[in-house]
Amino acid sequence: MQDFAGVLLDALTLIATGDRDLWDVIGLSLQVSLSATVIAGLIGLPLGALLAVGRFPGRQAGIVVLNALMGLPPVVVGLCVYLLLSRAGPLGEFGLLYTPTAMVIAQALLVTPIIAAITRQVISALHEEYEDQLTSLGVGRIASVPTLLWDARFNLVTGLLAGFGRAIAEVGAVIIVGGNIAHHTRVMTTTIALETSKGNLEFALALGAVLVLIAIVVNGIVGSASLRLRSVAHA
Amino acid sequence: MRDYGIDPSVFSISVVELRHEVAGRALLDIPALSVPRHGATCVLGPNGAGKSLLLRALHGLLEPTRPGEVTVAESIGRQAMVFQKPVLLRRTVAANVAYALKAAGVARSDRRERVARMLSHGGLAHLAERGARSLSGGEQQRLALVRALAVAPDLLFLDEPTASLDPGATLAIETLLHDAIRAGTKVIMVSHDPGQAKRLASDVIFLNRGQVVEQGPADAFFDGPSSAEARAFLTGNLVF
Repeated sequence: MQDFAGVLLDALTLIATGDRDLWDVIGLSLQVSLSATVIAGLIGLPLGALLAVGRFPGRQAGIVVLNALMGLPPVVVGLCVYLLLSRAGPLGEFGLLYTPTAMVIAQALLVTPIIAAITRQVISALHEEYEDQLTSLGVGRIASVPTLLWDARFNLVTGLLAGFGRAIAEVGAVIIVGGNIAHHTRVMTTTIALETSKGNLEFALALGAVLVLIAIVVNGIVGSASLRLRSVAHA
Repeated sequence: MRDYGIDPSVFSISVVELRHEVAGRALLDIPALSVPRHGATCVLGPNGAGKSLLLRALHGLLEPTRPGEVTVAESIGRQAMVFQKPVLLRRTVAANVAYALKAAGVARSDRRERVARMLSHGGLAHLAERGARSLSGGEQQRLALVRALAVAPDLLFLDEPTASLDPGATLAIETLLHDAIRAGTKVIMVSHDPGQAKRLASDVIFLNRGQVVEQGPADAFFDGPSSAEARAFLTGNLVF
């Protein structure tokens, strides 16, 4: 077995020399997971906020289900999306299976509960603080949702980040609905799994390093940006 | 019904048969209460007397167990409330005032000018672009009051607005309140500080254990409260 340091050195060389295959895979990963996070955010943010401020039957049950769905196994999501999109499935006619679109759908399904559940928590706390004041100002329960989402924006970014982290790191769903087809549906995690099993450890580790780096960079950017904005907009 | 010596025909807000219970205990039990139309009404009483509850019930924030009948005078249009702990939006000082104006239906084109006018009136103009949450306690409460006054309320509720403020900040708040009262805003204010009530109030409602024990003009109340509870309350507070 090769030593870890040697493999790591080769991996860094691959990254530094801008290996084409490597960057294709990284690009697709970012594209798929960012799209999935954006879609999940568009659904999860208002959904979580409504569960936080709404007073309707089934709300408590909705919260329980949502919290349970946070731990949804990616392979199960992958399987369900596979069944939906496969030729014989209800959405089979669109021919989406084994395309990046299918991967976006699967990851969005996986991430939406996470973003919605975190949003609900954040908005619940803020709503408790704001409720009397907003009512006094004549802003109704549902009308207060945009206000709450905007005022909780810095905390909600954490939810979006958690969602993105989950999406870009999961392998189970994308490998089932994407099929890990070279230059088409191959993303970082599926490539790592494949290359490791082939014994191509340098390539796998290079991707692993990039994956970790992306996590650090994204958190760093958001962290510093929100810190700067926070000090300007409010303490 | 007890006669409090208030002409019921010139009330700002009145309530009949208001009762609020929690776990079988009546926290608020008011057979009838009429608040005068003009000046500042101070709601006084010891902790747990139900002062805040009464204010919230009158403003419509509390759903009492038995809501009774709350009547607001026809001449009272807009209401506003300032809370003990100011609830400021996580936005700039100016945006906080603009938000209240928007919620009140003030046209966008008028908002900027009104925000500027209100902020300078409240001595907050130099802080307009600061985050509201980064202000000092006194400035925050001043902003909460300015925001409430921005919509030109006919009836303004205040729940111990100076509870945790130093004398300077308290004076700034009271000055703004004086201006508003002079301009015709009806003020109903909870205070635990008889000194403040003396400075501001034209009449007093004294609550104890959820019941109105005494109500009447401020001068008469402070000169010689008719109830033993109010006497004890006033002496107790003068001692400390």
